[in-house]
Amino acid sequence: MITKELICVNCPMGCRLKVEMEGKEILSITGNTCPRGAEYAAQECVRPMRILTSTVKIDHGTHRVLPVITDKAIPLDLMFKAMDEVRTVRVTAPVAEGQVLVHDLIGSGADLIASRSMEKN
Amino acid sequence: MRNYQAVIIGGGSAGLSAAVTLKKNGIEDIVVIEKDMEPGGILEQCIHNGFGLQTFKEQLSGPAYAERYVRMARELNVDIKLNTMVTKLTADRHISYVNPSEGAVTVSADAVILAVGCYERARGAINITGTRPAGVYTAGQAQRYLNIEGYLVGKKVFILGSGDIGLIMARRMTLEGAEVLGVAEIMPYSNGLPRNIKQCLEDFGIPLYLSHTVTKTYGRDRLEGIDIAQVGPDRNPIEGTTQHFDVDTLLLSVGLIPENHLADEAGIRMDPVTRGPVVDDYYMTSADGIFACGNGLHVHDLVDFVSLQAERAALGAVKYLQREGKARGNTIKVRPGEGVSYTVPACVHPEDPSGNVEFFFRVRKPMDEAVLEIRSGDKVLRTLKKRKLMPSEMERALITEKEIAALREEVTIAVREVQA
Amino acid sequence: MYDVLIIGAGITGTMLAYELSQYQLRIALIEKENDIADGATMANSAIVHTGYDPKDETMKAKMNVEGARRYEKLCRDLGCKYKTVGAFIAACGEEEEAQLDILAGRADRRDIPYRWLSGDEARAEEKNLSDNVTKVLDFYTTAVIYPWEVACACAETAVNNGAKLYLNSPCTGIEKTDGGYIVHTPEQDLLAKTVVNAAGVYADQIAKMVNEDPGFAITPRRGEYYVLDQDADFVNHIIFPVPSEAKGKGVLAVPTVYGNTLIGPNSDYVDDKDDNGTSFDGLAYVRANISKTMKNVPLNRSIRTFSGLRPTSSDPDFIIREDDEAEGFFHIASIESPGLASAPGIAAYVAEELIAKRIPLIKDPEAVMTREAPVVLSELSEEERSELIRKNPLYGRIICRCEQVSEGEIVDCIHRTCGAATVKGVKKRVRPGMGRCQGGFCEPLVLGILSRELGIPMTEVVLDSLKSRILESENRS
Repeated sequence: MITKELICVNCPMGCRLKVEMEGKEILSITGNTCPRGAEYAAQECVRPMRILTSTVKIDHGTHRVLPVITDKAIPLDLMFKAMDEVRTVRVTAPVAEGQVLVHDLIGSGADLIASRSMEKN
Repeated sequence: MRNYQAVIIGGGSAGLSAAVTLKKNGIEDIVVIEKDMEPGGILEQCIHNGFGLQTFKEQLSGPAYAERYVRMARELNVDIKLNTMVTKLTADRHISYVNPSEGAVTVSADAVILAVGCYERARGAINITGTRPAGVYTAGQAQRYLNIEGYLVGKKVFILGSGDIGLIMARRMTLEGAEVLGVAEIMPYSNGLPRNIKQCLEDFGIPLYLSHTVTKTYGRDRLEGIDIAQVGPDRNPIEGTTQHFDVDTLLLSVGLIPENHLADEAGIRMDPVTRGPVVDDYYMTSADGIFACGNGLHVHDLVDFVSLQAERAALGAVKYLQREGKARGNTIKVRPGEGVSYTVPACVHPEDPSGNVEFFFRVRKPMDEAVLEIRSGDKVLRTLKKRKLMPSEMERALITEKEIAALREEVTIAVREVQA
Repeated sequence: MYDVLIIGAGITGTMLAYELSQYQLRIALIEKENDIADGATMANSAIVHTGYDPKDETMKAKMNVEGARRYEKLCRDLGCKYKTVGAFIAACGEEEEAQLDILAGRADRRDIPYRWLSGDEARAEEKNLSDNVTKVLDFYTTAVIYPWEVACACAETAVNNGAKLYLNSPCTGIEKTDGGYIVHTPEQDLLAKTVVNAAGVYADQIAKMVNEDPGFAITPRRGEYYVLDQDADFVNHIIFPVPSEAKGKGVLAVPTVYGNTLIGPNSDYVDDKDDNGTSFDGLAYVRANISKTMKNVPLNRSIRTFSGLRPTSSDPDFIIREDDEAEGFFHIASIESPGLASAPGIAAYVAEELIAKRIPLIKDPEAVMTREAPVVLSELSEEERSELIRKNPLYGRIICRCEQVSEGEIVDCIHRTCGAATVKGVKKRVRPGMGRCQGGFCEPLVLGILSRELGIPMTEVVLDSLKSRILESENRS
């Protein structure tokens, strides 16, 4: 049996989690203060997942770039591939917060959405 | 002179939350004064996620969190003056501001809420020697360039200070194709949230050098390199531990300081530890009718607490505005005891309590197991077991209205480490 | 062909250009850096010493007294800050008190006013003066200025009078011709009847271009400083320790024109003429030695450290003379302290006593020797500000909250004669970034304004030198 110690990244609380594993099988998770902590620990030991935040080029907006976020976590190992895709995205103002800009980003199942509204300049 | 019931200085997370609270409590004649072209404050450049879990039970990005409050403010018809800089505040609540459409104007207010935010410690405040070329930025500055203006400041990066903005920028710049060679932290422990150490550094294999600092910069035009060295317990560099890195960029994430020049010039009493105003349980400063909250009062770790504190300051202002000549009686001081660096608020009114009071404080050093003790004179009001305390994380402790009403002696909040 | 070509646009060179621009002369001012006042002028104690310190019968004494006498009017004419704060020379014990008598004697001979204070009397005026101070000599007419403001104003006025400024033009060689000199720079060759060497730490290298053995060598002497925040409320007067032969004027506390405090300098000889970085030992020396005269030093309110190089030479005096071999080639070298205070005296002396011998000085009736001061919004009344903002709304947008600088002032300083073309140039002229946040908030805004006003991409805006780019690349183009 091996014991993994993790810091939960779900929220800024940063709970210290302890996962006991045998091979790839999880035996116990302790230290979490909410159910999402346990989900996180289970996932983290298999394939770490993260929310991606970035910016995309926006035309005619009040700023040059628009902040964007994935609507759910995507595999950490796909971050750089996802970034390659994000770099090619170009949108036009106005944009509303939550508006989907890319469906199913690089096949991850997550949508890339606008982090804020931006008016036309 | 135009008089408002309340003027809120700053349209960031604290100011917007205060404005919404005032409106919801029937204070109609208010204005928020914001220096930027849009409300939201520093959150607009904090495009990462992790905001709003306490307030909205959701994981939001900074801009999305701000937008929720902007929407609430708009729905309540909060008047927000944009592109407007407050140039002067007086203790009798005269506010002078400048903007392109009105010129230079002075207004007065029955109550003022300072929600002015904080600024980053710059290079001059720390002991880095060497040249002063382009390529040295505060982390927040680089963040603004990247997330708002859309420019990358450099390609080979080192970061001094493990504050959260620096950690966030380590990940952000890595994802943008820059190479982040490391983060140096002068203390033997990290100053950022554990989750940021994990997902901003460890996820990308960026080394964290604890008990290290940047000692020297090289380059005449643009930064060409830096030296880092290990530091001893006195935080001075240890000879023979110097390592050199060829980098074109140094980001500084070495602390935040409440922006206090308005309060200072108004003669408001300041706390030398927080560097913000001293406030009572109503969040009122030493100047009658002037309140303070958010990062302009003391630096917070989470924006959710900024919003929460601003709500409380606004409620303090509401009570103040509705009060009719009632004496408030004595104040009892609340002081940081052993292991605690400050407490906010710094005093309470037993004869006129504002309600249950939650005290914000920070511990002086990391502690695995500790006991929080709240005393008034010889009497222990409460002891609580605490685990995993870090100076980078804000702690909270509650004293109930009933307890406050019964207070006769000074209160201390102490945290003692216990061996597990 | 230029009548006079001045090498070096520091305080000495710009002041001379200004002084000469009242005459019917064709003047060129060449500068190796990307802006005026980028060397020692940008990094010194900013004091107009009254002239008590230099020994009798020296050029230093003569120039200092003359310079100080001219400064106040000069600053008025040029619309520059001049603030009389007074200088306390603080003695600790009898031995040092005796030194004060020597300074008082020099002051008597030069008609410089002063007063005596006991230690306690001085402490009544300066709460942070050390308890060890026993006696104080107060040169109460001593003033502080903003050195680069004066240099910029001099250059601007000279150029408005017809002088030509060449930036990024290091002198790479000089040839003697029949009627004068050809001065080579990377971009152009400039012809001049007379040449003035005001090249600061490089004055010896320039001198060698016309004379293999010019008779002096410059060894830069570094001085490092802390700048304290405006709210540190530390001193009202300049506080000096008693000067010594070995250590010069010592570590001072200086209240600046804008209410900051300078603490420094140390004094370290360095080999590299470009090595203007701060050092661990240098700043440690400053920290240790300020306590000789001061207590409660709030170094935790430091917002910046900087260092400058004094052009110290083998000659303890200023070197202001025609070259021994090269006729019409003049040196203004070894201008260390009190060089800033002496600059107007030096300019007049060089014009009237040196250049006049080679070229007749005929007053130009068209020359305007005054300058309209730039608008400083924070110094105006509410009515004046509103009036200005009505005419130009850019004055209503405050860019730097620490120093309350408006966009209008920044745009003005970019478009003035000899205007700012860099972030540091803007900072030098109108102060955004000088305050406690050191540009944390305003630098991106200043950069945007420079980009817009100069019509260049954001990525081409520089901090100071041509190669000091601030932004690496456009992200998401």
